[in-house]
Amino acid sequence: MLKVQIRKKLSHFTLDVSWEMDNEILVLFGPSGSGKTTILNSMAGLTHPDSGFITLNGRAFFHTQHKPLSPQKRNIGYLFQDYALFPHMTVEKNIHYGVKKKAANHSSFRIEQLLSVLGIGHLLKKYPHQISGGEKQRVALARALATEPSFLLLDEPLSALDQETRIECQNELLRLHQIWRIPFIIVTHDMNEAEKLGDTILFLEKGKIIQTVNHPPKKWPADH
Amino acid sequence: MNDVHYSPLFLSLKVAAISTSVVFIAGVLFAHLLVRRNFFGKSFLESFFLLPLVLPPTVVGFGLLVLFGKNGWVGSWLLTWFDIQVVFSWIGAVIASIVVSFPLMYQSAVASFESLDPRLENAARTMGASEWRVFWTISFPLAWPGLLAGLVLSFARGLGEFGATLMLAGYIPGKTDTIPMAIYFAVQSGHMETATFWVTIIVALGFSTIMWLNWWTKRNVRRFAKDHT
Repeated sequence: MLKVQIRKKLSHFTLDVSWEMDNEILVLFGPSGSGKTTILNSMAGLTHPDSGFITLNGRAFFHTQHKPLSPQKRNIGYLFQDYALFPHMTVEKNIHYGVKKKAANHSSFRIEQLLSVLGIGHLLKKYPHQISGGEKQRVALARALATEPSFLLLDEPLSALDQETRIECQNELLRLHQIWRIPFIIVTHDMNEAEKLGDTILFLEKGKIIQTVNHPPKKWPADH
Repeated sequence: MNDVHYSPLFLSLKVAAISTSVVFIAGVLFAHLLVRRNFFGKSFLESFFLLPLVLPPTVVGFGLLVLFGKNGWVGSWLLTWFDIQVVFSWIGAVIASIVVSFPLMYQSAVASFESLDPRLENAARTMGASEWRVFWTISFPLAWPGLLAGLVLSFARGLGEFGATLMLAGYIPGKTDTIPMAIYFAVQSGHMETATFWVTIIVALGFSTIMWLNWWTKRNVRRFAKDHT
């Protein structure tokens, strides 16, 4: 169970949100500047709330009264907007970057599985500037999941893609979630995408949740 | 020309190499520490770092003389505890070189680290990389073209340093006579042939340094900007 309660003063408003979730897909939906990325960064430990808590299965990532856990110790996957692939490393090195040497053997099976599910095995020797937008998105997903995170944060993961690739990648995300069964928190601007992906949708405005929509369990991609 | 002593060439290369090494490490370290931090007094500290860029070299030399002279704070301490005399020694030339070339390295390093996308470093952190690993595997290699430019400029500046060196290290043939010093005193004493020889050497060194840097930068930019294949 992931429990979040965050309060943080930003320049134009105070971010004040709270929710609880299991291994589902939660969508943060709202206009630019409503605090969505700050929420993701707080969960990743890249910024700290002024007060509140973030706990996963009872383990505190952040609590007002304690020193926050560093991003390195949170074991999360974070897919950044525009992917933030390391431009000087091959796809293979990007994917293996977070894999601990001790766990290399154990992880290699998982990475093989990821490469096969995402269909990116043929890209391993290429550099990020040599692959397309959709391929970058898949590589970034593989990289984020290669470390076996306890939950996955996705900041507008599909915004840079054309419509066709976007639908393809939405289906892939749903498929990956079915396989990995960890909490996914997705930020998006696109209502159709929010409805297709989200088990729960939180509508944000100026740092507050103005509406919560729970969907019934769903939605295997049509082609499966 | 047969009586030209080559010590200015070797001394200049030695001074520039040592000062560039110090300046590179210090410049990269300070730039990386300061670039994403804000604290009280940061702009004062940065202005202090860049001051030698705008001050006449003689003023820098005067300051160093006061600091490193036999009765200066640092000079008397070095002499008492380590028996090191900075004034009128090649170490003085190295210190003068460090001080005047540091701002070039610092500025280049700051610009390089500032231009890095912070999300790349953050992505590495979320994947469990320590700050040390983030620096060596992400920040440093991606900032390298700019750091290299700073390194080359610092080396060239160190090689050509004259004013502050003259104030601190003086002109002692065979001991503190770097190429710029040799040129000046050759002209002063009417040895125009010797001066021309050293001028040719230093122009050739400077020119080939810049040629190489331009070539390397263009080659590097092309490598990263290749079209999708």
